[in-house]
Amino acid sequence: MSVAANLWASVRGYVVLALLCGGIYSLVVWGVAQGFFSATANGSLIVQHGQVIGSRWIEQGWSGPEWFHGRPSATTPTPYNAANSGATNLGPTNPALIKEVEDNLSQYTHEGIAAADVPPDLVESSGSGLDPFISPASALVQVPIVAQARHLPPAQLRALVARYTQKAWLGMYGAPGVNVLQLNLALGRLVSGG
Amino acid sequence: MAILGIALYLAVLIGIAVPLGVYIHQALEGKLRWLGPLERLLLRAIGPASDGEQTWRQYWRSFIIFNAVGMLLTYAILRLQPYLPLREGVGLHPSAQGPLLAFNTAVSFITNTNWQNYSGETLTYFAQLALMVLQFLSPALGLVIAIVFFRALVGRRETLGNFFRDLVRCIVYIFLPLATIAAVVLLALGLPDTFAGPAIAHTLSGALQQIDRGPIAAWVAIEQLGTNGGGFFNANAADPLINPSPATNIIEILLMSILSTSLVFTFGRYAKSRKQAWVLAGVTLCLYAAGIAVVYGAMEYGNPILHGVLGISAKSMEGLEVRNGVGDTALYATATTAYTTGSVNAMMDSLPPLAGGLPLLFMMLNTVFGGKGAGMLNILMFVIITVFVAGLMVGRTPEFLGKKIERREITLATVAMLIHPILILAPTAFSLVHKIGASSILNTGLHGITEVVYAFTSAAANNGSAFAGLNGNTPFYNLSLGLVMLIGRYLSMAAMLALAGSLARKRIIPATEGTLRTDTWSFGWVYLFVVLIVGALTFFPALSLGPIAEHLVMAGGAGR
Repeated sequence: MSVAANLWASVRGYVVLALLCGGIYSLVVWGVAQGFFSATANGSLIVQHGQVIGSRWIEQGWSGPEWFHGRPSATTPTPYNAANSGATNLGPTNPALIKEVEDNLSQYTHEGIAAADVPPDLVESSGSGLDPFISPASALVQVPIVAQARHLPPAQLRALVARYTQKAWLGMYGAPGVNVLQLNLALGRLVSGG
Repeated sequence: MAILGIALYLAVLIGIAVPLGVYIHQALEGKLRWLGPLERLLLRAIGPASDGEQTWRQYWRSFIIFNAVGMLLTYAILRLQPYLPLREGVGLHPSAQGPLLAFNTAVSFITNTNWQNYSGETLTYFAQLALMVLQFLSPALGLVIAIVFFRALVGRRETLGNFFRDLVRCIVYIFLPLATIAAVVLLALGLPDTFAGPAIAHTLSGALQQIDRGPIAAWVAIEQLGTNGGGFFNANAADPLINPSPATNIIEILLMSILSTSLVFTFGRYAKSRKQAWVLAGVTLCLYAAGIAVVYGAMEYGNPILHGVLGISAKSMEGLEVRNGVGDTALYATATTAYTTGSVNAMMDSLPPLAGGLPLLFMMLNTVFGGKGAGMLNILMFVIITVFVAGLMVGRTPEFLGKKIERREITLATVAMLIHPILILAPTAFSLVHKIGASSILNTGLHGITEVVYAFTSAAANNGSAFAGLNGNTPFYNLSLGLVMLIGRYLSMAAMLALAGSLARKRIIPATEGTLRTDTWSFGWVYLFVVLIVGALTFFPALSLGPIAEHLVMAGGAGR
């Protein structure tokens, strides 16, 4: 078979296979998604009072002592940029890593928490910059700060953290985590008495 | 408990791989009918080229022309994306990729590498779909070459099949149905799939947050299944919309490992020797499990400098996601380099040195199951070299499955073997001494050496994972990594296909008392040691300058 015949067959082959794999396949999956899983298929958005306030899977960043804080984010140009996920990519022996973690740590040591009690996930940046979870220990270490700012009994907040702690899948896969947005939404409801 | 989970994963993997391996054999040999109408429709569209049988040279010509067409059309789409439909993905004003970046991207996806010097967020949905097409085609293109090699090993023949027919069968019976099932499973576990463009959220702290979305479930299914590994978003499978839970995480790991593992058993089917398949799968599995243990151990050891200087726990979470946990992050990092997928659920650049170093070693060995087809070709290449070495040691004529391994075969296998280290070490050496390469390094010092070695190893192995601190989007890296990907893919495949052509013409010598059997465990262990010794001799200097030295520095720095 000549080069020209191969070329013609290849172009036709690419076009039909592209229509099948890029077109029909993605339309079928999209159809199943929108037909059966429309809530999660559109990004697990959370709507409050008719307004989208975030996605269940995307950390949005918190300021002030009245909220539980998530993990540090290194997305650019601003942290928690869900249109450009990314990490610091700092290597383990890079002095810049120690500097970064030290800065993040000071936020908690200023509140009188010993460095040894601050879990690493709370002061080291996540891989995506959008990690929606913190470890249960990271939530618990923040309880006294939030309790003081909100004038709530710490025991009540600890119970809240326990309620929003997700266990490892089948007890074997992944690690337990607390979804910060869901926890803070529950905290908001607690305060407003809803 | 994570160890139990990993053990269960390995058991499920083998449990699926054995029957799936048989299924692949049936699909490629025309024994399946259930999608016959679709298969015939596609073959008719391709035309007369899909009829008849091809010699290895004819097969290679069709193969390489099809690859060129796929690459060029994708290049054109990346250059023209502002003028093509479905622009919602990146807002209203998408920009085209520059010539060198588009070259790198098109090469990267046609070679099953999926190295990304761009971030997914900058592409329109149309461009993403064009790349997704290559995520279907490139694993199939690897797989057909492996199948041709299998055919050449068994029976004496001049022709080895028809390229277009093999390609269509791969897509229709293997990738399309499996990807559809995988996509639905991922949808059920919460992955998004929409063409609606970004969502805008009014956050509780009063900010506006743009949340990028897209046909993610469809993409991730074939990205993983085809050992492609290109991320729909920049953070790849660390991104919570791509990999939201521990369940999706382990399923994505399973998806990327399943077909390459199956292919060993497909080979067993062709060779009519179940034992041969089990021996090769068994020793490879041991290597894989040992790799998981090393990465897991290194991650548990963590970063003692952070503990020593700051007083916090040494267990490093930098670049990791909480939900994946340390165990399944280790498993992911090992799997993605063993199977040369290249997707990541944590940032490799920030992992403890040995946890990043072992994945590097796996890409250097390039035989720990490997990518679709390419991995199996590498395994068989090393089997042939082992047969030769073992034959010399015991003084027997080297033969494999009754085919004599002679001068031409061993020369071609050696060429295929040597391409890999040359492609890694030569450009790495240049990039480290010239500022054109060294200026892209983010983490200077020992870690910077690893960043560069990792990049060229990933490109040569057609893996695609990265120490992402290295700025790859420069003219130098776009071009050099692109060329390494091309040569790493096609030159070794050409050598292996020529080897197949040479083997196919040989008659099968019946096994006698004097035959060196290859379907025994003792042969399996010899094979494993040949792989390790060749790998160690070639790459130990590079590894000791990079991850090993950095580990020692880190461990020594703990007491400061």
